[in-house]
Amino acid sequence: MENKKNEPYEIVELCLLAGKIMLQNGAETYRVEDTMDRIAAFYDVGQAHSYVTPTGIIFSLDGVEPTKLIRILKRNTDLAKVTAANSISRQITSGALTAREAIKQLKELEKKDLSYPLYQQLLAAAISSACFVIMFQGNWNDLLPAFISGGAGFICFYFIHELIEVKFFAEFLAAFVIGLLAFSLTELGIGHQADKIIIGSVMPLVPGLLITNAVRDLMSGHLVSGLSKGADAFLTASAIGTGIAVVFAIY
Amino acid sequence: MIGQLITSFFATAGIGLIFNIPRRSLISSGIVGMAGWFVYVVLYENDFDAVLATLVSAFFIAIISQYFAKRYKVPVIIFSVGGMIPLVPGGIAYYAMRRFVENNYNEALQLAAKAFMLSGAIAVGIILSEVLNQTIKKLGGR
Repeated sequence: MENKKNEPYEIVELCLLAGKIMLQNGAETYRVEDTMDRIAAFYDVGQAHSYVTPTGIIFSLDGVEPTKLIRILKRNTDLAKVTAANSISRQITSGALTAREAIKQLKELEKKDLSYPLYQQLLAAAISSACFVIMFQGNWNDLLPAFISGGAGFICFYFIHELIEVKFFAEFLAAFVIGLLAFSLTELGIGHQADKIIIGSVMPLVPGLLITNAVRDLMSGHLVSGLSKGADAFLTASAIGTGIAVVFAIY
Repeated sequence: MIGQLITSFFATAGIGLIFNIPRRSLISSGIVGMAGWFVYVVLYENDFDAVLATLVSAFFIAIISQYFAKRYKVPVIIFSVGGMIPLVPGGIAYYAMRRFVENNYNEALQLAAKAFMLSGAIAVGIILSEVLNQTIKKLGGR
């Protein structure tokens, strides 16, 4: 009987908030739709219809409520928030949270900054760049140059992305810096195989999440989302490739 | 081989950290990456085609990720995303780009086609695991 006290308006707000947080932080489209539909089904407020694309959510409940639309302008990758929103939605559907509490928690989650400190991210990017050199049959003596250029590429991407909010340009410049550094380090005698250093350093920028999500979405029938995420991945890959190509043209 | 295992663990966990996966999942995501890379390297060194090695490895990664996701009750992507990254044909795409810039279009196109095939193999691997997962769910639900 508790459920009947909730206003449909509140449920719509709850669903949209959960969906928005998940979509903005890099969840797959089908997961977003599934979460919203499950919450609506739990409160038994009539058939829910959701239409999710990477740039917006349309959500409506059968009955008197008007259809709601949310525009998603900024997207980034923050899987910690996706996980947190997912566990809140699990708590809702198991009845552990009331709608009002859930809205409060989701609003807090939206404002929270769950990301790792910048130095840890930088270190992770540098270490994984160095490791990729070994994985791609590079020499152990290229470990340090890849560590340097991978870290520099990442920090470059981070700050340019903060400064000018054009993701593709930031990727382009980061790849350019990586290429330049790798060739300079090889020239100075610190690096040995510039090719391997570049390949390793570029890996943290590769759009892996977009590719996996694009395939998942296409498979589950979300053709529009899948294709647009695929286009996003393709553009990112081209931006990285162009950045490197410019370095080749110089050298 | 040991070097490969250690580096693949740190590389995938590092990628996971950049994607901001929760701290307690970092180690398991590294293990997923290590296992996937192990499969790839073993197949590749035993003269299997790179496309097949990528496909099998992607399939394997997706399967373990689904298992971990069920076990820890978190979204699948947390585990699969780090593991898939090493399989992305970054090296071949790089060489293709290099040949293009050097006006060596014949070789460039060959390499680009290969990179395309490898990306397709990753996709097919994910798809196969998804199909398997859904089949198990359907059969289990009966």
